[in-house]
Amino acid sequence: MNFIDNPRKLRGFEKNIRVEKVSRRSILKGLGITGGFVLAAPVMSRQAFAYETGAGKMPHGVVVDPRVFVAVAPDGTVTILAHRAEMGTGVRTSLPLIVAEEMEADWSRVKVQQAHGDEVKFGNQDTDGSRSTRHYLIPMRQIGASARTMLEQAAAKRWGVPATEVRAVNHEVVHSATSRKLGFGELAADAAKESVPSIEGLKLKDPKDFRYLGKGQIGIVDLHDITTGKARYGADVRLPGMKYAVIARPPVTGGKLVSFDPDAALKVPGVEKVMQVRGWPWPSKFQPLGGVAVIARNTGAAIKGRDALKLTWDDGANGKYDSVAYRKELEEASRKPGLVVRQEGDAEAALKGADKIVVGEYYLPHLAHVSMEPPVAVADVKGDKAEIWAPVQSPGGTREDVAKTLGIPEGNVTVNVTLLGGGFGRKSKCDFALEAALLSKELGVPVKVQWTREDDVRHDFLHTVSVERIEAGLDKSGKVIAWRHRSVAPTIASTFAAGAKNEAPFELGMGLVDMPFEIANISCENPEAAAFTRIGWFRSVSNIPRAFAVQSMVGEIAHATGRDQKETLLALIGSPRIVKPAVKDMWNYGEPLDSYPIDTARLRKVVELVAEKGEWGRQVPKGHGLGIAVHRSFVSYIATIVEVAVDDKGKLTVPRVDTAIDCGTYVNPERIASQIEGAAIMGLSLAKYGEITFKDGKVQQKNFDDFQVLRMDESPGVTNVYIVPPGPDTPPSGVGEPGVPPFAPALMNAIFAATGKRIRNLPLGKQLEA
Amino acid sequence: MIKVKINGQEQSWDGDPDLPLLWFLRDEAGLTGTKFGCGQALCGACTVIVDKEAVRACITSINDVAGREITTIEGLHPNGDHPVQKAWRQVNVPQCGFCQAGQIMQAAALLMDNPKPSHDQIREAMSGNICRCGCYQRIENAVHLASTGV
Repeated sequence: MNFIDNPRKLRGFEKNIRVEKVSRRSILKGLGITGGFVLAAPVMSRQAFAYETGAGKMPHGVVVDPRVFVAVAPDGTVTILAHRAEMGTGVRTSLPLIVAEEMEADWSRVKVQQAHGDEVKFGNQDTDGSRSTRHYLIPMRQIGASARTMLEQAAAKRWGVPATEVRAVNHEVVHSATSRKLGFGELAADAAKESVPSIEGLKLKDPKDFRYLGKGQIGIVDLHDITTGKARYGADVRLPGMKYAVIARPPVTGGKLVSFDPDAALKVPGVEKVMQVRGWPWPSKFQPLGGVAVIARNTGAAIKGRDALKLTWDDGANGKYDSVAYRKELEEASRKPGLVVRQEGDAEAALKGADKIVVGEYYLPHLAHVSMEPPVAVADVKGDKAEIWAPVQSPGGTREDVAKTLGIPEGNVTVNVTLLGGGFGRKSKCDFALEAALLSKELGVPVKVQWTREDDVRHDFLHTVSVERIEAGLDKSGKVIAWRHRSVAPTIASTFAAGAKNEAPFELGMGLVDMPFEIANISCENPEAAAFTRIGWFRSVSNIPRAFAVQSMVGEIAHATGRDQKETLLALIGSPRIVKPAVKDMWNYGEPLDSYPIDTARLRKVVELVAEKGEWGRQVPKGHGLGIAVHRSFVSYIATIVEVAVDDKGKLTVPRVDTAIDCGTYVNPERIASQIEGAAIMGLSLAKYGEITFKDGKVQQKNFDDFQVLRMDESPGVTNVYIVPPGPDTPPSGVGEPGVPPFAPALMNAIFAATGKRIRNLPLGKQLEA
Repeated sequence: MIKVKINGQEQSWDGDPDLPLLWFLRDEAGLTGTKFGCGQALCGACTVIVDKEAVRACITSINDVAGREITTIEGLHPNGDHPVQKAWRQVNVPQCGFCQAGQIMQAAALLMDNPKPSHDQIREAMSGNICRCGCYQRIENAVHLASTGV
């Protein structure tokens, strides 16, 4: 049986396919960017599950068809397609594992094959937003159950017994009444002839019979290859006749090349050609920045050649961007009223009548992703056909963009997804693949474009920079009666639409307007901020500054009222309830609010769990302190306790971190733990060091020496992770991103407990040494 | 003509003698297990073993290693079963995996020099290798496991 062959002919859901107009990326809705008419296959089962997800509303929706995702060879080998990109979350293992579980396949006889970019065929492939498990747990179970049913039907026919009498068990179909068995391989050819069962009639496994799901005993499929150097990342693709390119890009975003002198570069041994690369006017979305490419026989020669180029640039409109001046503008804007994006009660009046007002103004600078693998792509363009090999989070989006950029039909573009050496949102923007495509088209040979680390730091789609100002009004008893939060930050929308100055609903929904505290008078405002560089999604996105501000403010209120941090936090969260913020266009990570409400019972639960397991309130040595923070993001709930030690010279160490996560129904707890352990490192990195600054429009950092990330000698002594067991039918929710946001505020609350110093400006840098 | 021995095989190069070993390995010899992360010896992704020492291939020219013996991740063990590699798998260290070849080579070099490193010695020796995914806790546990067998 080969379900993969000829999926167009076999696609079983024509009757369910409807034509609908969707935006190119659902997240861009409201930015005025719409795509054409595309086919979507709404095939989610509403009967088998008590909840619904936003998967069907993503561009190209979901495809549930075993013939697209599963193949069984006569020798019994089961091949399962992984259609999402692997950047370290474990998704290339987890989603196929769900299929294998439901199919009763033996994991040791399963091969995972990476799908190329084709969203019509596979459904949405945009691997970001911590969506993979949440959107695909049900569809992958349905695909596995369909394949199992087809194998069972084939066996029943072979034996001439009713299908209800046979059962698939561990890679075989069994007729227990007669003790007969047939292996999956023996049934493959017959099963392929069976019709695909309707989703409504599928029998899914009882979770108590799960062998793999929720157990965490399965290592990632690439583990052996990674430890032996065989795993193939973007830069590891080598094609016959391939040339190596590096590009000198405009040092200021939106700048233009005035002139260049290639002579010295051409004298470098190994350099073969120097050529201009087309750039797009700013804001340039995911299109290349332009510049000058040096083409060589190896990357080392290309880099040396680029160093020898003489280049003159026109810096353009962003040439005055200066982080010091810009920060002042943001701070000033945060002190004046802005666009009201949530209003309940009368915060202004309540603040005026308050007994005490606690004010915190928090700053979080631009951050660079610096995934260990810098952007890189290989392209082979011949005539009107293009093939790409690249570490991209969105192979479907890359395919669309390559087609548009080259002016060829999308069907002529093949995007092969390699492993991603980290992504964190950077690789959802495919500019590097477009550069490779443009160069290969010009040169007529395969081309690899390698970004150096300096390119990566200087030309990133940066995390926004923000000032978050919170004013909390307290009554005489210390109860918070008013909350005004102004968030000022350049929006990701500015990368797509010139002049966008207010944050988009998907940014406002990340910890600003969805703030869960039980306070009578709430005002959330968004004063305007213009953008002068490319702003993009960075792991956890706006949740980082929001959680930093809100959860630091909890610590400040605790101090102002002389109460315990955790008790203050629970008092602010208030009663167990469903929070319904008074917000127009409330964005809930693309999920329906009835399946994924803002549930303070779950929020309280992670606080209480981490407090219990993390021994909140324990005695710590002198110079140590404990801090706590909680945040809901990507529809998961997560709380962190950080213990710090600060010596008399202001040197910070982190002996212990405890984190509790409620991510609903989960697949692989072992990978959840690894994501949360990693989030603590990334959280500590950004809190301690993370800062990209601009002067004269240029990024002032270049590499890991001046944009530092955490190293092992500074990493937490131990990070403990506790996962809340899911209730029945609790929908799965995000894991990749939620770990980061609570870390920085928990750290700063801990530093305050240890030293009495309140750190409101990130990064920490040398602030404790003063 | 520069001659080097890589994973037991003689290789030669008659191009630019200043070419960083990293690019010779990756682009000329096709040994892509050694990764490019920074180009400035700041991250350790390109770590290889030259004779018995961990070296950053990105700032080491091919000329610097003429006549010497180089081991890359591909040559660490014929079946990928070096104690460090086995420990890495047992502890499920990697997330994205990109830095892991460099981490493993650094750990293997550490254990050649100091078969039973302490907690602090592991942390110090491994601090030149960056992991952006943040697998440090597991890296430390895996090095410990490889050195002790438990």
